[in-house]
Amino acid sequence: MASAIEQPEIAAAAAAADPMLPALYSIQRVRQETDDTFTLELVPEDSHSSFGFRPGQFNMVYIFGVGEVPISISSDPGSLPMLKHTTREVGTVTRAMRQLKRGDVVGIRGPYGSCWPVAKAVERDVVIVAGGIGLAPLRPALYRLMAEREKFRKIVLLYGTRTPEDILYRQELEHWRGKFDLEIQVTVDRAASNWRGNVGVVTTLIPRAPFDPSNTFALVCGPEVMMRFTVMELEKRGVATERIYLSAERNMKCGIGFCGHCQLGAVFVCKDGPVFALNQIAAILGKSEI
Amino acid sequence: MTTEPVHAGGTVALEGEQLDRLITALSERKFEVLGPKLHDGAIVYDRLSSLNDLPSGWSDEQSPGKYRIKRGKGDALFGYVVGPHSWKKFLYPPVQRMWQAERNGKGLHILPNHDSAPSKFAFFGVRPCELSALAIQDKIFLGGPYVDPGYKARRENLFLVAVNCTQPGGNCFCASMNTGPKAVAGFDLALTELSQDGHRSFLVEIGTAAGAAMLSGIPHRPATDADKQLAERVLAHAARHMGRKLDTRDLKDLLYRNYEHPQWDKVAERCLSCANCTLVCPTCFCTTVEDSTDITGNHAERWRRWDSCFTVDFSYIHGGSVRATPRSRYRQWMVHKLAAWLDQFGVSGCVGCGRCITWCPVGIDITAEASAIRQSDQAKAPAEQGRESE
Ligand SMILES: Cc1cc2nc3c(=O)[nH]c(=O)nc-3n(C[C@H](O)[C@H](O)[C@H](O)COP(=O)(O)OP(=O)(O)OC[C@H]3O[C@@H](n4cnc5c(N)ncnc54)[C@H](O)[C@@H]3O)c2cc1C
Ligand code: SF4
Ligand code: SF4
Ligand code: FES
Repeated sequence: MASAIEQPEIAAAAAAADPMLPALYSIQRVRQETDDTFTLELVPEDSHSSFGFRPGQFNMVYIFGVGEVPISISSDPGSLPMLKHTTREVGTVTRAMRQLKRGDVVGIRGPYGSCWPVAKAVERDVVIVAGGIGLAPLRPALYRLMAEREKFRKIVLLYGTRTPEDILYRQELEHWRGKFDLEIQVTVDRAASNWRGNVGVVTTLIPRAPFDPSNTFALVCGPEVMMRFTVMELEKRGVATERIYLSAERNMKCGIGFCGHCQLGAVFVCKDGPVFALNQIAAILGKSEI
Repeated sequence: MTTEPVHAGGTVALEGEQLDRLITALSERKFEVLGPKLHDGAIVYDRLSSLNDLPSGWSDEQSPGKYRIKRGKGDALFGYVVGPHSWKKFLYPPVQRMWQAERNGKGLHILPNHDSAPSKFAFFGVRPCELSALAIQDKIFLGGPYVDPGYKARRENLFLVAVNCTQPGGNCFCASMNTGPKAVAGFDLALTELSQDGHRSFLVEIGTAAGAAMLSGIPHRPATDADKQLAERVLAHAARHMGRKLDTRDLKDLLYRNYEHPQWDKVAERCLSCANCTLVCPTCFCTTVEDSTDITGNHAERWRRWDSCFTVDFSYIHGGSVRATPRSRYRQWMVHKLAAWLDQFGVSGCVGCGRCITWCPVGIDITAEASAIRQSDQAKAPAEQGRESE
């Protein structure tokens, strides 16, 4: 692909119609993941509005009368037409989202944005560094990696959460670890005395993580500070800038380049991102208030 | 006088009073004709029914933070420049309902807006900088993979009568931005007002077949070399008499490398974050959305309205606003206009219309801010800076 990043083509149909009109999806299941995080399993009301997506892409999710927010798709790209969104309750819209029950209907616009460079990582090591809810947009990449496990070399997930209770997708991660060759290292900010795992920020795992820096793709998603320090550690180990990818976050009101809210220096996070190769945004990463 | 057929690319001359026929011709073809009109002490864009609606004989005085209309020297029809309005309000209204939704039980129903026939606008008196602004908004709403259907419908029906600027205003700098004072593209018809010995005529350049068709039936004469030379002279004179200028050499990189320049603190001491500059700017395009439900709770609406990067909420994400300080918001605005825009759309986001300077309550001047940064470029090697001050 010519551009720095694998850019999914935009479905012609989606682009032709009014791109601000949502399609309707009904909730098949609500799954409480942790204290404040839940996953909605959605299926299209009308099979024509079903769409494929690439790992790392997001949807604008509309809750009746309350608002619309960008949420990454966290499901397996291979289990269409079902879509899953894993959301942390932080404010007005996500709170209303959490009240929803099986059978309720939400509006979906998408899929938007760029994706993780899964295809490019073939024959290489892949290190995934996630902080908190940042694992949600990375899960579709994990599904892809697991589905074709033999195509990749080492796969390492370094995952940091606040407490052991905040670990997302626990069963699934354990299943993958048992079934495929997936190295998982988890660290938490704080834990009760019965926690025997790591305590500390996720960046502390990087220096000793088992991957070959000269032949690794790194996929990073989490709070901005966490990503900044992760990048520093990865570079210290010698991972090339152009093989480090991160998913950026900005306020979004449209998802398609009209509203201006998501600008980060010269890029629009909604259409140029959210997944960026580090060299696309390195100059502004770490500058404050950009 | 003839009504000979004319063609795109040609130039003809109209005697002053014949211009009214153009408004009539547009109205007859069911265009809603919009143009400059005097209203509450300012020249705004509104519906025109005849040439008499134009602020003939009026002029405007503009300087940072100041706007005043006054009687002009003669009785020129277009002896003023741009006011607080820009054409974007017609193509891309300040407030727009996007759609409605109905809830029945658990189900949900989205009702798109069924616009009756889309508006058919004729903009009469579009300045060259404004044509450039339109071209920029086209890139945003039509140039990407996603298209704004409302904008598209209004844009496709649009008829554009441009007016070249013979008397630039006190805050104009289109000559620096390469957008004026003469319109070179993007119009159906472009007028240059010529006045000689008390006699008024218009040189009319025909940009499109639609423009040519509109002229047929309106008495005109072939443009003489004398007409053309006169027009060239007044426009060259205008280009030399811009109220401001902006040095655009290396401007993008200059701003990118001066994110931490102390000038941002200085401007932040004055800026009120009032957002006037973004609202009057003909290229600013940001919007936000509002959701509401009616009293039954079963009917919801989604509205889109103009927004501004000067508001604190604009950059809000969970945990706080990214750009919490006025310093960072002014920087965002100006760096976007003069630098990031070039990376995003291949053109500057500033067309040099001067509105943001005039309508800033504290008179902040984008050209002065840029030149202050240029004068003490922080990233320049100290030796180089020393040399310059010698
Ligand atoms: C590309 C992208 C993918 C995302 N994926 C996920 C995900 O998979 N799971 C998840 O839990 N969260 C995700 N987020 C964050 C999520 O969008 C916000 O948590 C959500 O918008 C908060 O809305 P609220 O109304 O509950 O919060 P409030 O604080 O009440 O927010 C008010 C408004 O501010 C804006 N806003 C607030 N926080 C954010 C934010 N962090 N990012 C963007 N806009 C914000 C929204 O427009 C919102 O309507 C993602 C954000 C982006 C940009
Ligand atoms: S930034 Fe100011 S001068 Fe430039 S186009 Fe906008 S309003 Fe006009
Ligand atoms: S620059 Fe002037 S017009 Fe713009 S926000 Fe600041 S005070 Fe308001
Ligand atoms: S979210 Fe609207 S421009 Fe990116």
